[in-house]
Amino acid sequence: MHRIRRWVPLQRLREFSLVIILIIVVLIFGNQIDNYYTPRTFNRISSTVALITLVAVGQTMVVLTRNVDLSVGSIVGFTAYYVGRYVSKNEDMAPLMLAVLAMGIGAGMGLINGLLVAYGRIPAIVVTLGTMAIYRGVLVEYSDSKSVATRQLPDWIKELPQESILKFGEYELRALPAIALVAVIVFFFLLLYTSLGRRLYAIGSSPEAANLAGIRAPRMVTLAFTMCGAMAGLGGMLYLARFGTITVDAARGMELQVVAAVVVGGVNILGGSGTVIGAMLGAILIGTIEQSLIRMNINEFWKDALLGLCIIIAVTVDRILINQLTPWWSRTELQRMPEEPHAAV
Amino acid sequence: MQQSKRWAWLKSWEALMFIILCAVVVANLRLSEHYLDLNNLANIFHLSIEKSLVVLIMAFVIINGEIDLSVASVMGLSATVLAERYDAGWPIAAGFVLALFVGVVCGLLNGLFAAYMGIPSLIVTLAGSIGYRGVARILLEDRSVGDFPSWFTSLGQDGIIGPFHITIFVFIALFILGFVILQYSVFGRYVYAIGNNRAAAEYAGINAKQVKVTIFMASGLIAALAGAFYAARLGNVRANAAEGFELDIITIVLLGGVSIFGGTGTMIGVGLSLLVVLNLRNGMSLSNVDGNTQTSVIGLLLILSVLVPNLIQILQRLVPRLFTAISRILNKGGATEPKSQVSVHQ
Repeated sequence: MHRIRRWVPLQRLREFSLVIILIIVVLIFGNQIDNYYTPRTFNRISSTVALITLVAVGQTMVVLTRNVDLSVGSIVGFTAYYVGRYVSKNEDMAPLMLAVLAMGIGAGMGLINGLLVAYGRIPAIVVTLGTMAIYRGVLVEYSDSKSVATRQLPDWIKELPQESILKFGEYELRALPAIALVAVIVFFFLLLYTSLGRRLYAIGSSPEAANLAGIRAPRMVTLAFTMCGAMAGLGGMLYLARFGTITVDAARGMELQVVAAVVVGGVNILGGSGTVIGAMLGAILIGTIEQSLIRMNINEFWKDALLGLCIIIAVTVDRILINQLTPWWSRTELQRMPEEPHAAV
Repeated sequence: MQQSKRWAWLKSWEALMFIILCAVVVANLRLSEHYLDLNNLANIFHLSIEKSLVVLIMAFVIINGEIDLSVASVMGLSATVLAERYDAGWPIAAGFVLALFVGVVCGLLNGLFAAYMGIPSLIVTLAGSIGYRGVARILLEDRSVGDFPSWFTSLGQDGIIGPFHITIFVFIALFILGFVILQYSVFGRYVYAIGNNRAAAEYAGINAKQVKVTIFMASGLIAALAGAFYAARLGNVRANAAEGFELDIITIVLLGGVSIFGGTGTMIGVGLSLLVVLNLRNGMSLSNVDGNTQTSVIGLLLILSVLVPNLIQILQRLVPRLFTAISRILNKGGATEPKSQVSVHQ
């Protein structure tokens, strides 16, 4: 038993339990909804999840450093609109260049957040509450209250969500989830196996200790916000591809879903712990519940209430389990030995 | 010494807010000759009276070191409960009492999870804001309920003294109550102590959990009251009533000099910032500025209000250093007089 405990860190256990919850949720829905286990369901859920996952990956980095970015919804909305407007004027723009443009705009907005938080020494929640309103206002001014319509877009961007990358029989991995998956893998390795990633964890765990260890926290925090902005920018481009019609209200309120996904995925809102895989699992869980409840024809108005309930249950159970398990999990076999005779008496 | 004490208040947040308020009022006077109309003055308050009410309790929540993102959903839920029960044939007063009760229960749930389970209130109330709104959607679905009795809608639509509605007087009464409780009562001191340093407050024998739950319940109650006023003012209710109000409310509180980390801020500061935001919005509306742009101007004001004092602080530290650096460079040129100073530094 101790061998398992040694090789499986508590964080993995957390993600494992999320997978189990996910399976249970899917089984319940499969029981309730006819024709649930079909490629159509899978595709619909996976493209919703892809958007949330992409933005949640960026958000994870910010949350790891004890900050939060509430402006992601506005960044997604602005880039979706700007890129849509831009591509409708320059139809022969290469897809990759467009993605770079979207990420660049997002990164610029994230950089502003990061500079204000790290060098202006303003709490992240204050900065991003402000920039959320500002970026949305910029979008409204820029758009002149006109919206981007699907027919203005070039064909490749309209067909992007239907593009399939891999096929397993009828189940296909479409372009949007594939992009999200690539982002998750890249940031998974970036966070766990590079010095950059470890420094982000260090800042979140203990800012004072990180400072003493010579980590330049302001620089890293700025970088985290910039990367979060870039991911939100890419999310904006995919949002454009998925929905086609972009109004000034695009992606309003998305920040709540994203923060919820990150938190359900076991990323500590107080910084220092959590992984991108967890955030992805959180996004999958939330996306699955949301999309399946829409399919369930009993009452679609139950969606939000159940979502709120799910978040609070996930966080509470996680809290209790981790609190109970931590002492037991971190106790080694050697420490346990002398206690045995006492227990026997 | 005495002189510096006399002018010390000038450096306070309240003074800054007061100066901004004066600037906004002067700008409004120049922009529109209708600004001083009694109807317009009343309108400044009427159009955001629900937010203003919740701002009062949000100040308590944030000074206490917590945050409540669910207030807008509680407002929506309370309005929905009131409307749904009225639709089902209850008298409106009974629905009103039930709505207040539902608000308190929502606050209690927030408080129990945040204080007793130890889950950060940001997450608890985020879940709450989605969940309570969801309950409102279950109750009303996509219906809209209106046709309230005229005595109820007149609460939010007709003036009792001149053009001023009764809701304004409720607000003033609650403001005074909040001011006295926060600044002059034992409970208010507990709120500050817990917000400053929870561990220290608990060692001093303050029951932090109890105080936090009480504040969350009060937050639910006031939000429910505001939701009922919202129903009375608009005269009909949909499940998305008051959606997105929490951001405006939190912005006003933070602009009032309340630290997001808790422990600092005063009711006067919050009151002044409320006046600034309401007058600013009114001035922009009078000159036909779009609602989203109004919100972004207030967002900019929020960031600047924290950024400018921080920049001044940084400059205050940097400027003397710059002077010593310059004098050192000058000294290398051969001046002998300040050499002793340099050696002291070394």
